[in-house]
Amino acid sequence: MTNAQNGVTIKNTPRKKRGKASSLDRRKSRSGWLFVLPFIIGFVFIYFPMLFSSLKLTFVQADGVVGFQNYHDALFAVKVNNSTFLQVLVEGLGQMIFDIPAIIIFSLFMAILLNQKMAGRALFRAIFFVPVILSTGIMEQISAQNAISDAVGEGMNTGAEEENASSQIVSSLDIATLFANMKIGTGLADLVSEWINNIFNIVNRSGVQMLIFLAGLQSISPAIYESCQIDGASAWETFWKITFPMISPMILVNAVYTVIDSFTGESNLVMSFINSSGAMITEGVRSAMAWMYFLVVILIVLAVAGICSVFVFYQRRND
Amino acid sequence: MDAIKRQNVGAMRRDPNAKIKVEFDRAPLSQRLKAKYLSLFFLKKVVWYIFRLILLIGIAYIVLFPFITQIAGSFMSPEDFVDVTVLIIPKHFTLDTYTAIFNESNYTEAFLNTLILSVSCAVLQTFACALVAYGIAKFKFKGAKVIFALVLLTMIIPHQTLYSAIFGFFTSFDIRDPISTVLGGKGLFEFIGGLFNSQDTVGGMILIDTYMPLIILSLFGLAFKNGLYIFLLRQFFRGVPDELEESAYIDGSGTFKTFFKIILPLSVPMLITVFLFAFSWQWTDTFYANMFFKGDSTKLLPFIVKNIPETLRKKSEAYLAGQNLYFSAIRNTCGIMIIAPLVIVYVFCQKYLVQGIERSGLTAD
Repeated sequence: MTNAQNGVTIKNTPRKKRGKASSLDRRKSRSGWLFVLPFIIGFVFIYFPMLFSSLKLTFVQADGVVGFQNYHDALFAVKVNNSTFLQVLVEGLGQMIFDIPAIIIFSLFMAILLNQKMAGRALFRAIFFVPVILSTGIMEQISAQNAISDAVGEGMNTGAEEENASSQIVSSLDIATLFANMKIGTGLADLVSEWINNIFNIVNRSGVQMLIFLAGLQSISPAIYESCQIDGASAWETFWKITFPMISPMILVNAVYTVIDSFTGESNLVMSFINSSGAMITEGVRSAMAWMYFLVVILIVLAVAGICSVFVFYQRRND
Repeated sequence: MDAIKRQNVGAMRRDPNAKIKVEFDRAPLSQRLKAKYLSLFFLKKVVWYIFRLILLIGIAYIVLFPFITQIAGSFMSPEDFVDVTVLIIPKHFTLDTYTAIFNESNYTEAFLNTLILSVSCAVLQTFACALVAYGIAKFKFKGAKVIFALVLLTMIIPHQTLYSAIFGFFTSFDIRDPISTVLGGKGLFEFIGGLFNSQDTVGGMILIDTYMPLIILSLFGLAFKNGLYIFLLRQFFRGVPDELEESAYIDGSGTFKTFFKIILPLSVPMLITVFLFAFSWQWTDTFYANMFFKGDSTKLLPFIVKNIPETLRKKSEAYLAGQNLYFSAIRNTCGIMIIAPLVIVYVFCQKYLVQGIERSGLTAD
């Protein structure tokens, strides 16, 4: 009798303990759900219906369900400025392939520079992050608008070309004269001035990436650099053996972010094609184009992530 | 010798910060300077320093150049745009552009409207994103990874893709509508929805031309770039040691109390960073402003670019050759007036911008 009772109590205590522990876990996971609840509600009741209706729209015309007609129209029939969606898509992707490595290399370089100790570092940092805050939305739109009106002004030949040049960082005229003195062809001059004006574009778009790289650089322990220095490694070796592997996860993040950012930017070729208005472009066709573009970019994101993750080095943590 | 030692020890006892001074046989000054400044190491350092400075100044110039020309242009009168010799410094300095825009484009009203909208959206977004990010970062529950993937999905799909869907959603906003869209017309919340929508029209409520669409999107962490904010905040919260919360739990505080009393005060720099992003991107936004404010009833700052003030148009008619450039300059001036308040906010917040992300110990795993 007493033995049996003892047995029961012995059996009960551990079970009770286990039950309590799991209920704490359950309580914690329940409050986890509570924290993410706003997003879940938003996703289920707002975002998902939006996705659904946007997708539904691609199969519908004014006169009813048309199947894949919208996709067919979007790919082959619609033309804006004599180029089809497919051509613009290929052109836009080509531009992206050039821009993305440029942005990543530039922002990594600048982050390393801005991470060094020097006089006026705070000032330079503040200046370089200005585009993140200010050169979005309305400013982008204004400069696009001005470019259009400048082009019109040039067409009217108002003799304003000189003035026009001042709105570019380096006027192509200056470079042309420079290269003429050096007896190099004008084709090269155009190329160089295009590159230089592209630098502005790249500097403008690499603010967030710079910030993320800076954060990554800050998280590398200075002790590693110190021991490297003691072992006599040069700056070049230190970069490739220490900084690069340690920052490689950030490169992956930034690559994905840059792809998405340049994909959704207003200045993007394909985006402006989709947003342009034309006789053939109905809401359905527009949505179809947007969805096709989205799928292409998802594929690119996955490809970039796949390529980068081969080179990514994860520091082994003790936690 | 012994006496000195004892004296030093005594000094240290008195003042723990006092330095122990030991005299060496030092080399003469000239030799020391030679060793310091006539070495290859020093030369390399100087060359690198100068190179770096030139590079940084050059790129800072590239970043600031458009703003410089815009500011310069904003002080020019129409005469200057015909004059070929005027590049940066105006010959006929004027403030007319500013006063005309200020008086004729309802600047104050637009400014106040934008301020209310941006502050409320940014506060809601920061709060909602912090909640969601904390939930994902610190609680191990089934589906946390799925939810993070969904967050990334909302980041990847641009809202331009969903343009007509978002517009349609808010033109006929109905608490039943999302459900009925999913369930094919059978509203699960039909009854509850009927209670809520007092001014119910056939297609639901029209929320266009109100702040509600942006407020609703912000409240649920679905507004512009909220995926990025959630991502940044999640990385930050992951860097906060678990022991902090555990000790709070032991002291009997619940998860929400811990979040508000311990975690949020700790993450102020990061929250300011996110707030700064949300605020300034909402401030300069045109995409949502054009979508949600179709009528002219609500004046927002980005809309002041649309019209050239009448007095300035009249003034420019005498100088037709430079009219296009003058109009560009007017638009740029509008831009300057739109971002001027942002610049002030940025000057005060920029030190947190780096600090917040620096302290996060951001890693990508």
